[in-house]
Amino acid sequence: MLASPSALADKAGMAADETHRAIEAVFRIERARLIGVLARMTRDVDQAEELAQEALLIALAEWPKSGVPVNPGAWLTAAAKRRALDGIRRRTMRTRKHAEIARERDGEEGMGVEAIEAAIDDPFGDELLGLIFAACHPVIAPEARAALTLRLVGGLSVGEIARAFLSNEAAIAARITRAKKAIARAGVAFAVPRGAELTERLASVLEVIYLIFNEGYAATAGTSLVRPPLCAEAQRLGRILAGLMPDEPEVQGLLALMEIQASRLTARVGSDGGFVPLTEQNRARWDQLLIRRGLGALAKAEARGGAEGPYALQAALAACHARARRAEDTDWMNISTLYDRLRVVMPSPVVELNRAVAHSMAFGPEAGLELVDAIADAALLRNYAPLPAARGHFLLRAGRRAEARVAYEAAAALSVNDRERDYLLARAAACAD
Amino acid sequence: MRVMVFVKATDDSERGIDPTPETTAMFEAMGKYNEELVNAGVMVSGDGLKPSSAGKRIAFDGASRTVIDGPFAETRELVAGFWIWEVKDMDEAVAWAKRCPNPMPGPSELEIRPYYEVEDFSDILTPDIVERYDRLTEKLGGA
Repeated sequence: MLASPSALADKAGMAADETHRAIEAVFRIERARLIGVLARMTRDVDQAEELAQEALLIALAEWPKSGVPVNPGAWLTAAAKRRALDGIRRRTMRTRKHAEIARERDGEEGMGVEAIEAAIDDPFGDELLGLIFAACHPVIAPEARAALTLRLVGGLSVGEIARAFLSNEAAIAARITRAKKAIARAGVAFAVPRGAELTERLASVLEVIYLIFNEGYAATAGTSLVRPPLCAEAQRLGRILAGLMPDEPEVQGLLALMEIQASRLTARVGSDGGFVPLTEQNRARWDQLLIRRGLGALAKAEARGGAEGPYALQAALAACHARARRAEDTDWMNISTLYDRLRVVMPSPVVELNRAVAHSMAFGPEAGLELVDAIADAALLRNYAPLPAARGHFLLRAGRRAEARVAYEAAAALSVNDRERDYLLARAAACAD
Repeated sequence: MRVMVFVKATDDSERGIDPTPETTAMFEAMGKYNEELVNAGVMVSGDGLKPSSAGKRIAFDGASRTVIDGPFAETRELVAGFWIWEVKDMDEAVAWAKRCPNPMPGPSELEIRPYYEVEDFSDILTPDIVERYDRLTEKLGGA
């Protein structure tokens, strides 16, 4: 039977659509590195993004005829480079018409053709790292660093980032624009910093990645408890970083922390969508593959002398829970010791609070109450729901039900997450029984 | 999304590792590819499997359990190795798979299979069934 002409056209359309999607998938794999190369070359993120986009358009026009090249990354880079050189030649011509000093300026800015060739032929291939370090530069406001990193490195659209942060597109777009301007103003190089600067800049990169992870893991606002795609994005960034900088102990520490925490993503949400605390989670639902990966990364961090790093210590804490097959098997003594060490390298009221919880589990609710009451006046904790929630928990365990109920209610009043509030109110009600 | 990528067996893989220069070159190329996968944050696990001559099958029928020793026929249906990748979608998985160096000397195949995710069960499983399953897996000790 012969297919009708319209059916054939449909088929051709579908095939074209498939080719299109295949090319875009290849482009997505290459995009961040490509932008890294182009940004290093042009020192202009917007221009780098535009050139990358132009390279995609060229690929969409040529690859359906020629097939996907053996090394698509090199092909796309070459296509973008030709576009960039065309642009520079045009600009240089214009400048020459207006002033004699064009050649000098060209040299000063390091934008000559030779410089571009050199930048593209960089054999070390650390363009992607350079891009990550630039997007996470401390001259940019922290929340803007996260947005810019998701855009440039993660390849998320402005709309996707806006949904991830429960913001609107205009606000996110403005945030990204400000971030790009800050990079341009500060003359940030798209390169991996060295020496003492590396330590400080790396800390900023890790902070951004963990911020993205936490926005997915412990959604601070809204109706949904977790946003797994954000966690996945942060894990991917952490894995990339660990692949490219395997000897940095805190990179391994952060990766370990994220992998182990992510292993509980499905278990921390109950079948009714409500929050399930660690001790009540069904451990059979923990993702053992991620736990193994996390424990592996933690071992690497410790083997590289990073056992006392803030991320490695937090990962070690997460690992204590991951190793316990039942909640009652949890090694709270070890956890208490880890918190004693963590508060030294990462002093914060939140660490103090968690330390109080650990000590209450290891040494009894009175020990927890003592520690939590000592920090109750910390400015940071005054409106922090987990503090009265922890008090409520200690009081309940100490058999002081009426006081526990008051504490749970206070916690519910402070909570900004709907699901968490429901959980706390349920605990308060249970105290009355 | 998480996918498992199977490297399908061939007559060559069923013969085991052949210490020829070609095999060495293939291992080298595969090592480079694996490094690329790791550096892109895509690969979360992966390993090679010995030929089916080293394997066993357990056949189930009612109450009976019969152990069958390898090697097994239908070479094309056997698995010689696998990866576990985390990718954004199947398009990305396909794009990465196409970059794989030839895994075997002759014609061969990769097969990409997405993992089930919790949402996939939402239409089939009531919260009650999920709870019961959870209690069961909990008793079994997890993993």
